Amino acid sequence: MSDLRLALRQVGYENRAFWRNPAAAFFTFAFPLIFMVIFNVIFSGTGGGEPGFTAADFFTPAIIVFAVITATFTNLAMMVTTARDAGILKRVRGTPLPGWAYLLGRILHAVLVAYLLVVIVAAFGAILYDVRFPWDRLPALILTLSVAAATFCALGLALSGLIPNADAAPAVTNGIIFPILFISNVFIRMDNPPAWMATLSSVFPVRHFADAMALLYDPRTTGSGLSGSDLAIMAAWGVGALLVAIRTFSWEPRH
Amino acid sequence: MTEAAVQVSDLRKSYGTLEAVAGIDLSVARGEVFALLGPNGAGKTTTVEILEGHRHRSGGEVSVLGHDPARGEREFRQRIGIVLQSTGVEPYLTVAESVSLYGGYYPHPRSVDEVIELVGLTEQRDRRIGKLSGGQRRRVDLAIALAGDPELLFLDEPTTGFDPAARRQAWEMVRGLATLGKTIFLTTHFMDEAQALADRVAIIAAGRIVAEGTPESLGGRADPVTRLRFSVPADVTLPERFGATRVGAALELTTAEPTRLLHDLTGWAIGEGIELEGLEAIRPSLEDAYLRLTGPDLAPEEEGA
Repeated sequence: MSDLRLALRQVGYENRAFWRNPAAAFFTFAFPLIFMVIFNVIFSGTGGGEPGFTAADFFTPAIIVFAVITATFTNLAMMVTTARDAGILKRVRGTPLPGWAYLLGRILHAVLVAYLLVVIVAAFGAILYDVRFPWDRLPALILTLSVAAATFCALGLALSGLIPNADAAPAVTNGIIFPILFISNVFIRMDNPPAWMATLSSVFPVRHFADAMALLYDPRTTGSGLSGSDLAIMAAWGVGALLVAIRTFSWEPRH
Repeated sequence: MTEAAVQVSDLRKSYGTLEAVAGIDLSVARGEVFALLGPNGAGKTTTVEILEGHRHRSGGEVSVLGHDPARGEREFRQRIGIVLQSTGVEPYLTVAESVSLYGGYYPHPRSVDEVIELVGLTEQRDRRIGKLSGGQRRRVDLAIALAGDPELLFLDEPTTGFDPAARRQAWEMVRGLATLGKTIFLTTHFMDEAQALADRVAIIAAGRIVAEGTPESLGGRADPVTRLRFSVPADVTLPERFGATRVGAALELTTAEPTRLLHDLTGWAIGEGIELEGLEAIRPSLEDAYLRLTGPDLAPEEEGA
């Protein structure tokens, strides 16, 4: 069997284990939908005073951003760290399976879950809140999601290499991502933030993913909806994260 | 193939200033069950993980099945099976799924059900690993190591933490594997385990091999030294010629010719009309040899490995 087929086979087993793990499945799938409902209830009617733009128009792409980040960055950082400290990575390392094929299996699975979530959240928005899915900007949407998924997978792997042990994984991962989500136009719409906060948020890739998705979803957008600069900044983070991951990743448990 | 399964010369491994493995030589023949016996921190795990390719040596020569494990070659990993001291498995997969997953990494895997039967988990075949007992999970470790039908199996402290019944079962399994012609390299800190399983044992202490041989011959046990222990009534004195030493309430004689000495001793006792209370002939046990060889003066610094 070729190594690529071994990686794909790994995705299948990864997928079985994922759905049998109630915590992983619940947090990954239920959280974004719960957040979406709550935000829409709290902020309904606040379209920012812009005609033709509702809270749901803002929150549908924003929750897609949150869901993709959970499925890739958060899940990979936590699950790879857990697998490392449980000795699963070390066990795999002693078999003929190439290390990259194992990791590719995990990454592909995370990306598949992310895409599934995009479909679910988009359908949720369309059916419940009448938010139009940007069919006409599909190529730009797919490109944006692919760059984002790759970037946040790389960031998850890089973070896993920096997390000291499995017990610390949830605290470190959530402690990093939640504050950034709050200042990145995902949970809260930042209409007039202080200048320093706007600067800070524009440093991180989450803001650029959110802006790119918002542009794609905004009914007032014309043209392809592709935001090249946002994608470029995300990709730069992705490449940087990959370099960090290569340096810090370890197959040995750390206790 | 006459080439040894494992050939090690002057193997060294240092962690900072601590020399965990301080120049050891080992040779394991194909088809042999070899035990590396030693107390905790003696360098067993460091040694076996170098042979597995998990750690890099600081010095010396290592050949395992003709490969240098440090190169991490795929053909090498295709030919070995590893049971680490403690490793997790995906808890949400069943026993059969896990064996099949790992078997798929190898060119010629053994049949899943055969492997599961070999480790005695047929009844738990479709149970999730997270729901198994500790002993059963250890069998899963062994099943996964066997999934690829390896020529050489590494078992790092395979029965640590087992209750006596589970240990016996594990021993039966290892014996079963030996009859399949597998070469087995195991580490243990249990003397009885080495004695029960191994064709050959090397005792390691403070990173050095202090004795090597068959369990029967180890640590001078082949030396023809037997102790005769007995007691005589308080009013009887043993003749000088026996050269007895007093051990508690008993007397002890040491001899290289137990048959002759026994004859002499019992002849004397019958002549005197006395009974030799609690008479026993004692051969040096592996435990004696082990404790002597790994004694406190040899105990190493606490080693994190």
